[in-house]
Amino acid sequence: MNLVSRIFRFYADGFRSMTLGKTLWVIIGVKLFIMFAILKWLFFPDFLGKFGGEEAKSEYISSELIHRAINP
Amino acid sequence: MLGNIDTSLIDWSRAQFALTAMYHWLFVPLTLGLGVIQAIMETLYVKTGKEHWKTTAQFWMKLFGINFAIGVATGLIMEFEFGTNWSNYSWFVGDIFGAPLAIEGIVAFFMEATFIAIMYFGWDKVSKRFHLASTWLTIIGATMSAWWILVANSWMQYPAGMAFNPDSVRNEMLDFAAVALSPVAVNKFFHTVLSSWILGAVFVIGVSSWYLLKKRNTDFSRRSIRVAALFGLTASILTLWTGDGSAYQVAQRQPMKLAAMEGLYDGTTHAELVAIGVLDPAKTQYNDGKDPYLFHIAIPDMLSLLAERNADAFVPGIRDLIDGGYRLKDGSTALSAEEKMERGRVAIQALANYRAAMKENDAEEMALQRSILDDNFAYFGYGYIQEPTDLIPPVGLTFYAFHIMVALGGFFILLFILTFMLEKRGKLADARWMHYICLFSIPLAYIASQAGWIVAEVGRQPWAIQDILPTSASISRLDASSVQLTFFIFLVLFTVLLIAELSIMLKAIRRGPDNLITND
Repeated sequence: MNLVSRIFRFYADGFRSMTLGKTLWVIIGVKLFIMFAILKWLFFPDFLGKFGGEEAKSEYISSELIHRAINP
Repeated sequence: MLGNIDTSLIDWSRAQFALTAMYHWLFVPLTLGLGVIQAIMETLYVKTGKEHWKTTAQFWMKLFGINFAIGVATGLIMEFEFGTNWSNYSWFVGDIFGAPLAIEGIVAFFMEATFIAIMYFGWDKVSKRFHLASTWLTIIGATMSAWWILVANSWMQYPAGMAFNPDSVRNEMLDFAAVALSPVAVNKFFHTVLSSWILGAVFVIGVSSWYLLKKRNTDFSRRSIRVAALFGLTASILTLWTGDGSAYQVAQRQPMKLAAMEGLYDGTTHAELVAIGVLDPAKTQYNDGKDPYLFHIAIPDMLSLLAERNADAFVPGIRDLIDGGYRLKDGSTALSAEEKMERGRVAIQALANYRAAMKENDAEEMALQRSILDDNFAYFGYGYIQEPTDLIPPVGLTFYAFHIMVALGGFFILLFILTFMLEKRGKLADARWMHYICLFSIPLAYIASQAGWIVAEVGRQPWAIQDILPTSASISRLDASSVQLTFFIFLVLFTVLLIAELSIMLKAIRRGPDNLITND
Protein backbone atom coordinates (compact mmCIF):
# COMPACT_ATOMS: atom_id res chain seq x y z
CA MET A 1 0.00 0.00 0.00
CA ASN A 2 1.48 3.36 -0.90
CA LEU A 3 1.89 6.24 1.54
CA VAL A 4 -1.12 8.22 0.29
CA SER A 5 -3.54 5.32 0.66
CA ARG A 6 -2.08 4.48 4.09
CA ILE A 7 -2.70 8.05 5.22
CA PHE A 8 -6.20 7.92 3.74
CA ARG A 9 -6.93 4.65 5.55
CA PHE A 10 -5.55 6.10 8.78
CA TYR A 11 -7.98 9.01 8.66
CA ALA A 12 -10.90 6.93 7.37
CA ASP A 13 -10.50 4.32 10.13
CA GLY A 14 -10.11 7.06 12.70
CA PHE A 15 -13.28 8.86 11.69
CA ARG A 16 -15.23 5.60 11.35
CA SER A 17 -14.45 4.42 14.87
CA MET A 18 -15.25 7.71 16.61
CA THR A 19 -18.04 7.82 19.20
CA LEU A 20 -18.19 11.16 21.01
CA GLY A 21 -16.08 12.61 18.21
CA LYS A 22 -18.99 12.20 15.78
CA THR A 23 -21.17 14.46 17.94
CA LEU A 24 -18.34 16.98 18.12
CA TRP A 25 -17.89 16.94 14.35
CA VAL A 26 -21.63 17.57 13.92
CA ILE A 27 -21.33 20.54 16.26
CA ILE A 28 -18.29 21.83 14.35
CA GLY A 29 -20.16 21.40 11.04
CA VAL A 30 -23.29 23.18 12.26
CA LYS A 31 -21.18 25.94 13.76
CA LEU A 32 -19.18 26.50 10.56
CA PHE A 33 -22.39 26.44 8.51
CA ILE A 34 -23.96 29.09 10.76
CA MET A 35 -20.80 31.18 10.63
CA PHE A 36 -20.11 31.09 6.92
CA ALA A 37 -23.47 30.48 5.30
CA ILE A 38 -25.60 32.62 7.60
CA LEU A 39 -23.59 35.11 9.65
CA LYS A 40 -20.90 35.95 7.09
CA TRP A 41 -23.30 36.00 4.16
CA LEU A 42 -26.20 37.84 5.80
CA PHE A 43 -24.64 40.00 8.46
CA PHE A 44 -20.95 40.42 7.69
CA PRO A 45 -20.41 41.58 4.13
CA ASP A 46 -17.01 43.03 3.23
CA PHE A 47 -17.79 46.67 3.99
CA LEU A 48 -15.16 48.04 1.61
CA GLY A 49 -16.01 45.50 -1.12
CA LYS A 50 -18.56 47.87 -2.64
CA PHE A 51 -15.80 50.34 -3.52
CA GLY A 52 -14.17 48.09 -6.07
CA GLY A 53 -10.49 48.95 -6.59
CA GLU A 54 -7.79 49.81 -4.09
CA GLU A 55 -7.76 53.48 -5.11
CA ALA A 56 -11.47 53.91 -4.45
CA LYS A 57 -11.10 52.18 -1.09
CA SER A 58 -8.20 54.37 0.00
CA GLU A 59 -10.13 57.45 -1.14
CA TYR A 60 -13.13 56.41 0.94
CA ILE A 61 -11.03 55.63 4.02
CA SER A 62 -9.08 58.87 3.77
CA SER A 63 -12.35 60.77 3.50
CA GLU A 64 -13.69 58.93 6.58
CA LEU A 65 -10.53 59.48 8.61
CA ILE A 66 -10.35 63.15 7.71
CA HIS A 67 -14.00 64.02 8.15
CA ARG A 68 -14.42 62.25 11.45
CA ALA A 69 -11.91 64.72 12.88
CA ILE A 70 -12.52 67.78 10.72
CA ASN A 71 -16.11 68.62 9.89
CA PRO A 72 -16.39 69.44 6.18
CA MET B 1 -22.49 62.34 18.17
CA LEU B 2 -18.73 62.00 18.17
CA GLY B 3 -16.91 63.11 15.04
CA ASN B 4 -20.07 62.61 12.94
CA ILE B 5 -20.48 59.14 14.38
CA ASP B 6 -23.36 58.02 16.57
CA THR B 7 -21.83 57.13 19.97
CA SER B 8 -24.20 54.18 20.28
CA LEU B 9 -22.58 52.71 17.14
CA ILE B 10 -19.19 52.91 18.87
CA ASP B 11 -20.62 51.30 22.01
CA TRP B 12 -22.41 48.47 20.17
CA SER B 13 -19.39 47.77 17.96
CA ARG B 14 -17.19 47.57 21.04
CA ALA B 15 -19.72 45.47 22.94
CA GLN B 16 -20.03 43.04 20.07
CA PHE B 17 -16.28 42.65 19.72
CA ALA B 18 -15.88 42.29 23.48
CA LEU B 19 -18.57 39.60 23.59
CA THR B 20 -16.94 37.65 20.75
CA ALA B 21 -13.43 37.97 22.18
CA MET B 22 -14.48 37.02 25.70
CA TYR B 23 -16.42 34.02 24.44
CA HIS B 24 -13.44 32.92 22.32
CA TRP B 25 -11.23 33.33 25.36
CA LEU B 26 -13.32 30.85 27.34
CA PHE B 27 -11.88 28.05 25.19
CA VAL B 28 -8.36 29.13 24.30
CA PRO B 29 -6.74 29.09 27.78
CA LEU B 30 -8.05 25.60 28.53
CA THR B 31 -6.71 24.38 25.19
CA LEU B 32 -3.27 25.86 25.94
CA GLY B 33 -3.14 24.70 29.57
CA LEU B 34 -4.77 21.28 29.37
CA GLY B 35 -2.80 20.52 26.19
CA VAL B 36 0.50 20.77 28.03
CA ILE B 37 -0.77 18.80 31.03
CA GLN B 38 -1.98 15.90 28.87
CA ALA B 39 1.35 15.95 26.99
CA ILE B 40 3.24 15.74 30.31
CA MET B 41 1.05 12.79 31.34
CA GLU B 42 1.69 11.01 28.05
CA THR B 43 5.42 11.70 28.46
CA LEU B 44 5.22 9.98 31.87
CA TYR B 45 3.52 7.04 30.17
CA VAL B 46 6.24 6.74 27.54
CA LYS B 47 9.00 7.18 30.15
CA THR B 48 7.65 4.78 32.76
CA GLY B 49 5.67 2.40 30.56
CA LYS B 50 2.87 2.41 33.17
CA GLU B 51 -0.54 1.95 31.61
CA HIS B 52 -2.30 4.12 34.18
CA TRP B 53 -0.50 7.18 32.80
CA LYS B 54 -1.85 6.31 29.36
CA THR B 55 -5.42 6.18 30.73
CA THR B 56 -4.86 9.44 32.58
CA ALA B 57 -3.51 11.17 29.47
CA GLN B 58 -6.35 9.80 27.34
CA PHE B 59 -9.05 11.05 29.69
CA TRP B 60 -7.72 14.60 29.76
CA MET B 61 -7.21 14.40 26.01
CA LYS B 62 -10.91 13.64 25.67
CA LEU B 63 -11.86 16.78 27.63
CA PHE B 64 -9.28 18.71 25.59
CA GLY B 65 -11.01 17.48 22.41
CA ILE B 66 -14.45 18.62 23.58
CA ASN B 67 -13.11 22.06 24.48
CA PHE B 68 -11.17 22.27 21.22
CA ALA B 69 -14.14 21.26 19.07
CA ILE B 70 -16.53 23.78 20.59
CA GLY B 71 -13.94 26.55 20.69
CA VAL B 72 -12.38 26.03 17.27
CA ALA B 73 -13.20 28.75 14.77
CA THR B 74 -14.94 31.01 17.30
CA GLY B 75 -12.07 33.42 16.61
CA LEU B 76 -13.17 33.57 12.96
CA ILE B 77 -16.11 35.75 13.94
CA MET B 78 -13.68 38.42 15.09
CA GLU B 79 -12.14 38.38 11.63
CA PHE B 80 -15.60 38.85 10.09
CA GLU B 81 -16.11 41.80 12.42
CA PHE B 82 -12.83 43.38 11.32
CA GLY B 83 -14.03 43.39 7.71
CA THR B 84 -17.55 44.63 8.41
CA ASN B 85 -17.60 46.64 11.64
CA TRP B 86 -14.01 47.83 11.80
CA SER B 87 -13.26 48.55 8.14
CA ASN B 88 -11.41 51.83 8.76
CA TYR B 89 -9.16 50.09 11.23
CA SER B 90 -8.68 47.07 8.95
CA TRP B 91 -7.68 49.21 6.01
CA PHE B 92 -5.48 51.52 8.10
CA VAL B 93 -3.41 48.69 9.62
CA GLY B 94 -4.27 45.71 7.42
CA ASP B 95 -0.74 45.38 6.03
CA ILE B 96 0.68 44.92 9.50
CA PHE B 97 -2.17 43.24 11.32
CA GLY B 98 -2.85 40.85 8.46
CA ALA B 99 0.63 39.28 8.44
CA PRO B 100 0.59 37.70 11.91
CA LEU B 101 -3.06 36.64 11.45
CA ALA B 102 -2.23 34.95 8.14
CA ILE B 103 0.76 33.16 9.67
CA GLU B 104 -1.46 32.08 12.54
CA GLY B 105 -3.99 30.63 10.11
CA ILE B 106 -1.34 28.66 8.22
CA VAL B 107 0.38 27.38 11.37
CA ALA B 108 -2.93 26.48 12.98
CA PHE B 109 -4.13 24.62 9.92
CA PHE B 110 -1.01 22.65 9.11
CA MET B 111 0.35 21.88 12.55
CA GLU B 112 -2.77 21.46 14.61
CA ALA B 113 -4.88 19.78 11.91
CA THR B 114 -2.15 17.28 11.05
CA PHE B 115 -0.96 16.30 14.48
CA ILE B 116 -4.27 16.44 16.30
CA ALA B 117 -5.50 13.64 14.03
CA ILE B 118 -2.51 11.47 14.96
CA MET B 119 -3.04 12.37 18.61
CA TYR B 120 -6.61 11.05 18.54
CA PHE B 121 -6.51 8.34 15.87
CA GLY B 122 -2.93 7.16 16.33
CA TRP B 123 -3.04 5.25 19.63
CA ASP B 124 -1.75 1.73 18.88
CA LYS B 125 -1.35 2.64 15.19
CA VAL B 126 1.86 4.63 15.36
CA SER B 127 4.81 4.11 17.71
CA LYS B 128 4.58 5.46 21.27
CA ARG B 129 7.26 8.03 20.60
CA PHE B 130 5.74 9.21 17.35
CA HIS B 131 2.40 9.56 19.11
CA LEU B 132 4.01 11.51 21.93
CA ALA B 133 5.74 13.79 19.41
CA SER B 134 2.35 14.41 17.75
CA THR B 135 0.76 15.30 21.07
CA TRP B 136 3.52 17.80 21.83
CA LEU B 137 3.43 19.21 18.29
CA THR B 138 -0.34 19.72 18.57
CA ILE B 139 0.05 21.86 21.65
CA ILE B 140 3.16 23.59 20.30
CA GLY B 141 1.10 24.43 17.18
CA ALA B 142 -1.71 25.84 19.33
CA THR B 143 0.80 27.86 21.36
CA MET B 144 2.46 29.19 18.21
CA SER B 145 -0.97 30.26 16.96
CA ALA B 146 -1.41 32.15 20.21
CA TRP B 147 1.96 33.84 19.60
CA TRP B 148 0.82 35.37 16.32
CA ILE B 149 -2.53 36.48 17.67
CA LEU B 150 -0.80 38.09 20.62
CA VAL B 151 1.74 39.76 18.29
CA ALA B 152 -1.21 41.35 16.47
CA ASN B 153 -2.82 42.44 19.73
CA SER B 154 0.47 43.77 21.12
CA TRP B 155 1.01 45.86 18.02
CA MET B 156 -2.25 47.65 18.82
CA GLN B 157 -0.96 48.39 22.32
CA TYR B 158 2.50 49.41 21.08
CA PRO B 159 2.57 50.18 17.33
CA ALA B 160 6.17 49.64 16.21
CA GLY B 161 8.08 48.80 13.03
CA MET B 162 5.76 50.64 10.62
CA ALA B 163 5.39 53.86 8.61
CA PHE B 164 2.21 55.58 7.48
CA ASN B 165 1.76 55.94 3.73
CA PRO B 166 -0.68 58.79 2.94
CA ASP B 167 -1.00 57.62 -0.69
CA SER B 168 -2.60 54.33 0.30
CA VAL B 169 -3.81 55.58 3.73
CA ARG B 170 -2.21 52.49 5.20
CA ASN B 171 0.44 51.77 7.74
CA GLU B 172 3.10 49.65 6.10
CA MET B 173 5.44 47.26 7.81
CA LEU B 174 9.07 48.36 7.77
CA ASP B 175 10.54 45.94 10.26
CA PHE B 176 8.92 42.53 10.77
CA ALA B 177 11.17 41.73 13.76
CA ALA B 178 10.14 44.96 15.49
CA VAL B 179 6.50 43.83 15.19
CA ALA B 180 6.96 40.13 15.99
CA LEU B 181 9.53 40.54 18.74
CA SER B 182 8.50 43.82 20.35
CA PRO B 183 9.01 43.72 24.13
CA VAL B 184 5.25 44.12 24.57
CA ALA B 185 4.55 41.11 22.32
CA VAL B 186 7.14 38.89 24.00
CA ASN B 187 5.88 39.74 27.45
CA LYS B 188 2.24 39.44 26.52
CA PHE B 189 2.83 36.04 24.95
CA PHE B 190 4.51 34.57 28.01
CA HIS B 191 2.09 36.18 30.45
CA THR B 192 -0.96 35.01 28.52
CA VAL B 193 0.27 31.47 27.86
CA LEU B 194 1.54 30.94 31.40
CA SER B 195 -1.71 32.20 32.89
CA SER B 196 -3.51 29.76 30.55
CA TRP B 197 -1.40 26.97 32.02
CA ILE B 198 -2.66 28.03 35.46
CA LEU B 199 -6.25 27.74 34.23
CA GLY B 200 -5.53 24.29 32.81
CA ALA B 201 -4.00 23.20 36.12
CA VAL B 202 -6.93 24.53 38.17
CA PHE B 203 -9.33 22.75 35.81
CA VAL B 204 -7.54 19.39 36.26
CA ILE B 205 -7.35 19.82 40.04
CA GLY B 206 -11.01 20.89 40.23
CA VAL B 207 -12.34 18.00 38.14
CA SER B 208 -10.13 15.51 40.00
CA SER B 209 -11.39 16.89 43.32
CA TRP B 210 -14.94 16.22 42.19
CA TYR B 211 -14.00 12.53 41.78
CA LEU B 212 -12.44 12.57 45.24
CA LEU B 213 -15.61 14.12 46.64
CA LYS B 214 -17.60 11.33 44.99
CA LYS B 215 -15.05 8.79 46.29
CA ARG B 216 -14.37 7.39 42.83
CA ASN B 217 -11.31 7.16 40.57
CA THR B 218 -9.14 8.04 43.56
CA ASP B 219 -5.80 6.88 42.16
CA PHE B 220 -6.47 8.59 38.84
CA SER B 221 -7.43 11.83 40.62
CA ARG B 222 -4.41 11.83 42.92
CA ARG B 223 -2.07 11.23 39.96
CA SER B 224 -3.70 14.06 38.02
CA ILE B 225 -3.55 16.44 40.98
CA ARG B 226 0.14 15.72 41.58
CA VAL B 227 1.01 16.66 38.01
CA ALA B 228 -1.38 19.63 37.82
CA ALA B 229 -0.38 21.12 41.20
CA LEU B 230 3.33 21.10 40.36
CA PHE B 231 2.67 22.34 36.84
CA GLY B 232 0.31 25.05 38.10
CA LEU B 233 2.74 26.18 40.80
CA THR B 234 5.56 26.47 38.27
CA ALA B 235 3.30 28.40 35.89
CA SER B 236 2.13 30.68 38.73
CA ILE B 237 5.65 31.61 39.77
CA LEU B 238 6.59 32.32 36.16
CA THR B 239 3.38 34.32 35.75
CA LEU B 240 4.41 36.52 38.68
CA TRP B 241 7.60 37.26 36.78
CA THR B 242 5.85 37.99 33.47
CA GLY B 243 3.19 40.01 35.32
CA ASP B 244 5.95 42.23 36.63
CA GLY B 245 7.26 42.53 33.05
CA SER B 246 3.76 43.39 31.80
CA ALA B 247 3.34 46.13 34.41
CA TYR B 248 6.69 47.58 33.38
CA GLN B 249 5.72 47.55 29.69
CA VAL B 250 2.38 49.18 30.48
CA ALA B 251 4.14 51.88 32.50
CA GLN B 252 6.50 52.61 29.59
CA ARG B 253 3.99 52.47 26.71
CA GLN B 254 0.54 53.07 28.20
CA PRO B 255 0.90 55.16 31.37
CA MET B 256 -2.80 56.06 31.36
CA LYS B 257 -3.67 52.37 31.58
CA LEU B 258 -1.33 51.93 34.53
CA ALA B 259 -2.85 54.95 36.28
CA ALA B 260 -6.35 53.47 35.77
CA MET B 261 -5.20 50.03 37.00
CA GLU B 262 -4.07 51.66 40.24
CA GLY B 263 -6.68 54.41 40.52
CA LEU B 264 -3.76 56.84 40.59
CA TYR B 265 -4.97 60.37 39.88
CA ASP B 266 -2.08 62.42 41.24
CA GLY B 267 1.37 61.28 40.24
CA THR B 268 4.11 61.02 42.80
CA THR B 269 7.57 59.73 43.54
CA HIS B 270 7.70 56.73 45.89
CA ALA B 271 4.32 55.72 44.48
CA GLU B 272 2.54 53.05 46.48
CA LEU B 273 0.94 49.94 45.02
CA VAL B 274 -2.65 49.34 46.09
CA ALA B 275 -2.94 45.80 47.45
CA ILE B 276 -6.64 46.03 48.33
CA GLY B 277 -8.89 48.99 47.79
CA VAL B 278 -12.39 50.31 47.20
CA LEU B 279 -12.81 53.31 44.92
CA ASP B 280 -14.97 56.22 45.98
CA PRO B 281 -17.80 56.58 43.43
CA ALA B 282 -18.17 60.22 44.52
CA LYS B 283 -14.95 61.03 42.67
CA THR B 284 -16.29 62.15 39.33
CA GLN B 285 -13.62 64.60 38.15
CA TYR B 286 -10.01 63.70 37.57
CA ASN B 287 -8.90 67.05 39.04
CA ASP B 288 -11.37 67.53 41.91
CA GLY B 289 -8.68 66.77 44.52
CA LYS B 290 -10.86 64.14 46.23
CA ASP B 291 -9.25 60.98 47.58
CA PRO B 292 -10.08 58.29 44.99
CA TYR B 293 -10.39 55.54 47.60
CA LEU B 294 -13.00 54.86 50.24
CA PHE B 295 -10.50 52.46 51.72
CA HIS B 296 -7.20 50.98 50.62
CA ILE B 297 -4.16 49.12 51.85
CA ALA B 298 -0.98 49.85 49.89
CA ILE B 299 2.64 48.77 49.70
CA PRO B 300 4.92 51.82 49.92
CA ASP B 301 7.23 52.58 46.95
CA MET B 302 6.17 49.41 45.14
CA LEU B 303 4.45 51.08 42.16
CA SER B 304 7.52 53.23 41.46
CA LEU B 305 9.64 50.13 41.68
CA LEU B 306 7.36 48.11 39.35
CA ALA B 307 6.91 50.92 36.84
CA GLU B 308 10.44 52.33 36.69
CA ARG B 309 12.63 49.84 38.58
CA ASN B 310 13.38 52.66 41.00
CA ALA B 311 11.57 53.35 44.29
CA ASP B 312 12.35 57.09 43.94
CA ALA B 313 10.87 57.32 40.44
CA PHE B 314 7.92 59.54 39.56
CA VAL B 315 4.81 57.71 38.34
CA PRO B 316 2.36 60.02 36.55
CA GLY B 317 -1.28 59.90 37.57
CA ILE B 318 -4.34 60.60 35.44
CA ARG B 319 -4.20 64.33 36.24
CA ASP B 320 -0.54 64.54 35.20
CA LEU B 321 -1.22 62.71 31.95
CA ILE B 322 -4.07 65.07 31.10
CA ASP B 323 -2.45 68.30 32.23
CA GLY B 324 1.13 67.43 31.19
CA GLY B 325 4.02 69.52 32.44
CA TYR B 326 5.88 66.81 34.34
CA ARG B 327 9.42 65.82 33.44
CA LEU B 328 9.85 62.76 31.24
CA LYS B 329 12.79 60.34 31.54
CA ASP B 330 14.52 61.87 28.52
CA GLY B 331 14.51 65.26 30.26
CA SER B 332 11.77 66.78 28.12
CA THR B 333 8.46 68.06 29.47
CA ALA B 334 5.33 65.98 28.96
CA LEU B 335 2.76 67.50 26.61
CA SER B 336 -0.73 68.11 27.90
CA ALA B 337 -3.71 66.32 26.35
CA GLU B 338 -4.75 69.61 24.71
CA GLU B 339 -1.32 69.98 23.10
CA LYS B 340 -1.42 66.39 21.82
CA MET B 341 -4.94 66.94 20.48
CA GLU B 342 -3.76 70.04 18.64
CA ARG B 343 -0.85 68.12 17.08
CA GLY B 344 -3.25 65.34 16.12
CA ARG B 345 -5.50 67.83 14.34
CA VAL B 346 -2.45 69.23 12.54
CA ALA B 347 -1.56 65.70 11.38
CA ILE B 348 -5.08 64.99 10.11
CA GLN B 349 -5.28 68.37 8.37
CA ALA B 350 -1.90 67.62 6.74
CA LEU B 351 -3.32 64.31 5.49
CA ALA B 352 -6.32 66.18 4.03
CA ASN B 353 -4.02 68.75 2.37
CA TYR B 354 -1.73 66.01 1.07
CA ARG B 355 -4.65 64.14 -0.51
CA ALA B 356 -5.93 67.37 -2.09
CA ALA B 357 -2.44 68.14 -3.45
CA MET B 358 -2.16 64.60 -4.76
CA LYS B 359 -5.31 65.13 -6.86
CA GLU B 360 -3.79 68.32 -8.24
CA ASN B 361 -0.44 66.59 -8.92
CA ASP B 362 1.23 69.32 -6.85
CA ALA B 363 4.47 67.57 -5.82
CA GLU B 364 5.84 70.52 -3.85
CA GLU B 365 2.73 70.85 -1.70
CA MET B 366 2.62 67.08 -1.23
CA ALA B 367 6.21 67.09 0.09
CA LEU B 368 5.43 69.94 2.48
CA GLN B 369 2.26 68.29 3.84
CA ARG B 370 4.01 64.93 4.07
CA SER B 371 6.67 66.51 6.23
CA ILE B 372 4.04 68.07 8.54
CA LEU B 373 2.19 64.76 8.70
CA ASP B 374 5.34 62.79 9.56
CA ASP B 375 6.32 65.28 12.26
CA ASN B 376 2.96 64.95 13.95
CA PHE B 377 1.93 61.38 13.11
CA ALA B 378 2.81 60.10 16.61
CA TYR B 379 -0.24 62.11 17.81
CA PHE B 380 -2.52 61.35 14.83
CA GLY B 381 -5.22 59.68 16.95
CA TYR B 382 -5.46 62.60 19.35
CA GLY B 383 -6.97 64.61 16.51
CA TYR B 384 -10.21 62.65 16.98
CA ILE B 385 -10.43 63.29 20.71
CA GLN B 386 -13.11 65.84 21.59
CA GLU B 387 -12.35 66.40 25.28
CA PRO B 388 -9.20 65.62 27.26
CA THR B 389 -11.29 63.52 29.65
CA ASP B 390 -12.15 61.21 26.70
CA LEU B 391 -8.59 59.93 27.14
CA ILE B 392 -9.38 58.44 30.56
CA PRO B 393 -10.38 54.76 30.36
CA PRO B 394 -13.12 53.41 32.68
CA VAL B 395 -11.13 53.57 35.92
CA GLY B 396 -13.43 51.45 38.09
CA LEU B 397 -13.59 48.49 35.70
CA THR B 398 -9.85 48.57 34.99
CA PHE B 399 -8.95 48.96 38.68
CA TYR B 400 -11.17 46.13 39.94
CA ALA B 401 -10.33 43.77 37.04
CA PHE B 402 -6.62 44.27 37.73
CA HIS B 403 -6.92 43.70 41.46
CA ILE B 404 -9.21 40.68 41.06
CA MET B 405 -6.70 39.15 38.61
CA VAL B 406 -3.77 39.74 40.97
CA ALA B 407 -5.65 38.52 44.06
CA LEU B 408 -6.76 35.35 42.29
CA GLY B 409 -3.20 34.81 41.02
CA GLY B 410 -2.04 34.84 44.66
CA PHE B 411 -4.90 32.53 45.65
CA PHE B 412 -3.91 29.98 42.98
CA ILE B 413 -0.32 29.88 44.26
CA LEU B 414 -1.65 28.98 47.72
CA LEU B 415 -4.05 26.48 46.17
CA PHE B 416 -1.30 24.68 44.26
CA ILE B 417 1.03 24.59 47.27
CA LEU B 418 -1.71 23.33 49.58
CA THR B 419 -3.02 20.63 47.24
CA PHE B 420 0.50 19.41 46.52
CA MET B 421 1.44 19.30 50.22
CA LEU B 422 -1.78 17.55 51.21
CA GLU B 423 -1.36 15.04 48.40
CA LYS B 424 2.30 14.42 49.27
CA ARG B 425 1.34 13.71 52.88
CA GLY B 426 -1.44 11.38 51.73
CA LYS B 427 -4.16 13.57 53.27
CA LEU B 428 -5.79 15.04 50.15
CA ALA B 429 -8.11 12.13 49.40
CA ASP B 430 -9.92 12.66 52.75
CA ALA B 431 -9.82 16.48 52.88
CA ARG B 432 -13.37 17.16 51.70
CA TRP B 433 -13.14 20.88 52.50
CA MET B 434 -10.21 21.08 50.11
CA HIS B 435 -12.12 19.24 47.39
CA TYR B 436 -14.83 21.89 47.54
CA ILE B 437 -12.26 24.70 47.39
CA CYS B 438 -10.58 23.09 44.37
CA LEU B 439 -13.88 22.49 42.59
CA PHE B 440 -15.09 26.06 43.08
CA SER B 441 -11.71 27.37 41.97
CA ILE B 442 -12.52 26.40 38.35
CA PRO B 443 -14.82 29.41 37.75
CA LEU B 444 -12.33 31.61 39.62
CA ALA B 445 -9.63 30.66 37.09
CA TYR B 446 -11.92 31.76 34.26
CA ILE B 447 -12.72 35.01 36.08
CA ALA B 448 -8.99 35.73 36.52
CA SER B 449 -8.35 34.96 32.86
CA GLN B 450 -11.13 37.23 31.62
CA ALA B 451 -10.14 39.94 34.10
CA GLY B 452 -6.66 39.99 32.58
CA TRP B 453 -8.11 40.75 29.17
CA ILE B 454 -10.43 43.40 30.61
CA VAL B 455 -7.37 45.16 32.05
CA ALA B 456 -5.57 44.93 28.69
CA GLU B 457 -8.48 46.04 26.50
CA VAL B 458 -10.64 48.34 28.65
CA GLY B 459 -7.52 49.93 30.11
CA ARG B 460 -6.33 51.07 26.69
CA GLN B 461 -9.53 52.90 25.77
CA PRO B 462 -10.20 55.10 23.88
CA TRP B 463 -7.56 53.59 21.60
CA ALA B 464 -7.93 50.86 19.01
CA ILE B 465 -4.25 51.56 18.20
CA GLN B 466 -2.42 53.35 20.97
CA ASP B 467 -2.15 57.09 20.19
CA ILE B 468 -2.74 56.48 16.46
CA LEU B 469 -6.42 55.58 16.06
CA PRO B 470 -9.28 55.70 18.59
CA THR B 471 -12.22 53.31 18.38
CA SER B 472 -14.45 56.19 17.21
CA ALA B 473 -12.36 56.50 14.02
CA SER B 474 -11.86 52.74 13.58
CA ILE B 475 -15.45 51.64 13.11
CA SER B 476 -17.39 51.39 9.86
CA ARG B 477 -20.21 53.81 9.19
CA LEU B 478 -23.00 51.31 9.81
CA ASP B 479 -26.48 51.53 11.21
CA ALA B 480 -26.16 51.05 15.01
CA SER B 481 -29.30 48.89 15.05
CA SER B 482 -27.73 46.32 12.69
CA VAL B 483 -24.72 45.97 14.99
CA GLN B 484 -27.10 45.71 17.93
CA LEU B 485 -29.03 42.93 16.15
CA THR B 486 -25.89 40.89 15.46
CA PHE B 487 -24.80 41.39 19.08
CA PHE B 488 -27.94 39.63 20.26
CA ILE B 489 -27.68 36.93 17.56
CA PHE B 490 -24.18 36.17 18.85
CA LEU B 491 -25.33 36.22 22.42
CA VAL B 492 -27.94 33.54 21.64
CA LEU B 493 -25.59 31.49 19.44
CA PHE B 494 -22.76 31.62 21.96
CA THR B 495 -25.04 30.71 24.84
CA VAL B 496 -26.35 27.68 22.93
CA LEU B 497 -22.81 26.57 22.08
CA LEU B 498 -21.68 27.07 25.65
CA ILE B 499 -24.59 25.00 26.96
CA ALA B 500 -23.69 22.30 24.39
CA GLU B 501 -20.07 22.31 25.53
CA LEU B 502 -20.90 22.23 29.20
CA SER B 503 -23.37 19.38 28.80
CA ILE B 504 -20.95 17.28 26.69
CA MET B 505 -18.07 18.10 29.03
CA LEU B 506 -20.07 17.28 32.17
CA LYS B 507 -21.29 14.04 30.63
CA ALA B 508 -17.71 13.04 29.83
CA ILE B 509 -16.57 13.96 33.34
CA ARG B 510 -19.43 12.01 34.94
CA ARG B 511 -18.55 9.01 32.80
CA GLY B 512 -14.98 9.33 34.03
CA PRO B 513 -11.72 7.77 32.93
CA ASP B 514 -13.05 4.19 33.07
CA ASN B 515 -13.81 2.41 29.81
CA LEU B 516 -12.19 5.01 27.63
CA ILE B 517 -12.46 4.52 23.92
CA THR B 518 -9.21 5.81 22.50
CA ASN B 519 -10.66 7.27 19.31
CA ASP B 520 -13.26 9.34 21.16
